[in-house]
Amino acid sequence: MKPKLAFSERLITLTIRVSGYSSILFVTLILFFLVREGLPALGDVPLSSLFGARWYPIESYYGILPLITGSIIVTIGAMLVALPFGVGTAVFLSEISPVWIKNILKPVIEILAGLPSVVLGFLGIQLAAPFFRTFLNLPTGLTALTGAVLLGFIAIPTIVSIAEDALNTVPPGYRQGALAMGATQWQTIWGVTVPAARSGILTAVMLGVGRAIGETMAVMMVTGNAPVLPHGLDALFLPVRTMTATIASEMGEVAAGSAHYEVLFLIGIVLFVLSLGVNIAASSLSLRSKKRAERLLS
Amino acid sequence: MENTAHIRKVRRSQFWGFNLLRLIAALTALPVFGVIIYILIKGGAAISWEFLTAMPRDGMRAGGILPAIIGTFYLTLGTAIFSVPLGVAAGIYIAEYAPDNRVTRLIRIAIINLAGIPSVVYGLFGLGLFVLFLNFGTSILASSLTLAIMTLPVIISTTEEALRQVPNSFRVVSTSLGGTRWQTIWRITLPQAMPGVITGVILGLERAAGETAPILFTGAAFFLPRLPQSPLDATMALPYHIFVISTSVPGMPVQIQYGTVLVLLVFVLGMNLIATLIRNRARARRQW
Repeated sequence: MKPKLAFSERLITLTIRVSGYSSILFVTLILFFLVREGLPALGDVPLSSLFGARWYPIESYYGILPLITGSIIVTIGAMLVALPFGVGTAVFLSEISPVWIKNILKPVIEILAGLPSVVLGFLGIQLAAPFFRTFLNLPTGLTALTGAVLLGFIAIPTIVSIAEDALNTVPPGYRQGALAMGATQWQTIWGVTVPAARSGILTAVMLGVGRAIGETMAVMMVTGNAPVLPHGLDALFLPVRTMTATIASEMGEVAAGSAHYEVLFLIGIVLFVLSLGVNIAASSLSLRSKKRAERLLS
Repeated sequence: MENTAHIRKVRRSQFWGFNLLRLIAALTALPVFGVIIYILIKGGAAISWEFLTAMPRDGMRAGGILPAIIGTFYLTLGTAIFSVPLGVAAGIYIAEYAPDNRVTRLIRIAIINLAGIPSVVYGLFGLGLFVLFLNFGTSILASSLTLAIMTLPVIISTTEEALRQVPNSFRVVSTSLGGTRWQTIWRITLPQAMPGVITGVILGLERAAGETAPILFTGAAFFLPRLPQSPLDATMALPYHIFVISTSVPGMPVQIQYGTVLVLLVFVLGMNLIATLIRNRARARRQW
């Protein structure tokens, strides 16, 4: 009886270990298939075309600069919305909100986090775009601005939950010390609590940026799908096209193995590397601050 | 004199500061409230027995959305079949087995990155591996596998978290009574952590059910005259259907669009609600 038990135990342990390692396998597989399908683009498409200013695949113009700038404009715009609202809401929740408001506000933020991006895109088309068109008197409401505002709302839950955690882990002694020295609550918040949680808040913002860069459906539906290189600051009020939206809207129509197909995978590699960078930076930042906090408190 | 003026100034800045934060929190929450109520009202008018149980007619401008509902159900089920056993096992490994070494750190980085990869990149990966390389075609199978890998990090992290919250004394007692490591996990630790695991599983599947980008080129179909017959068939799905009828069908009645959005929201937020209820009930009952 006993050896059989040992065998099944060993089998289970092996299965669990393999499952544990599977994440590494999947990240590797994802990178492998992106590279396998996308890297040949560097040979098949001249670099002058890839780094050109025109994205017009029908005539073999594969300039990805307009798409990258499109992503950047929309992401910066999204952060201009999500930063004050996300961090502000987090500070409100952790520092001054009465419990009953917290009990309402937190589920609402969770609902916002759970809304599928296609639903936000739909609301963008139905409500936000017409609003911005009439409010700002634009020819079309499907602009970078509409995309940025929607993306901001998509990034808010990420920022709120991580920033609030960071604020909650600030030791109560910090606040008590400041209040005991005669600082008002407001001075304590901005002079002591928020600075003490700054690396956590920075992590929150970086993950928010990562969320915004990778967002696809909502952005594709409301930014007007115009892959043109912006000329000035008014680009915010014009249609743009992000990297994610380009892949999503064009991959369905291309033949597997064509140059267009390869370039779309190449854009996928760019997105993969970007999200890798943002996530590794954010996690090493939060790890470092955790170590420092342990040193300070010990 | 100067002192009281200073105090007044400080108090005034606190007054305005607090009100600013209140305003910001309100401006974040109220649109969400408003939008949910608006969808309930506009979409509720479209809901009828026929809408939920009939095939679309007139180029989807009339009839029901049955194939999209069934499709989303199949995709969620398929995602669960692949991601739940693998994700829970991986969570158990990290919480109960993994030594604190370089490989474990690498696994953690891999999980963080899986969680951060844009959904459309998962779509590309699914197209490259499942649809083309493994030759599954655009199918429920390819879409489910793609969604399953995307869902993994959520399930792994919440399983790990739930297991870590079980007090160590449980493990010590079980081991001292002669239980092996697996017996301890299967009979003691995992049952104690179950509510947390289930919550994580539901939250992961909820996200998968609402995703569009990963299924765009791996299994979602614009319109199919009949329901899918096997896992190798393509399928309609609620999120993709919303995308299609709100961007590519001219003359689409707004009411049907809101109705479809409402059905997806009930599906997704309903799962969210169930997860929250399980979590709260377990917290209230827990004796450690």
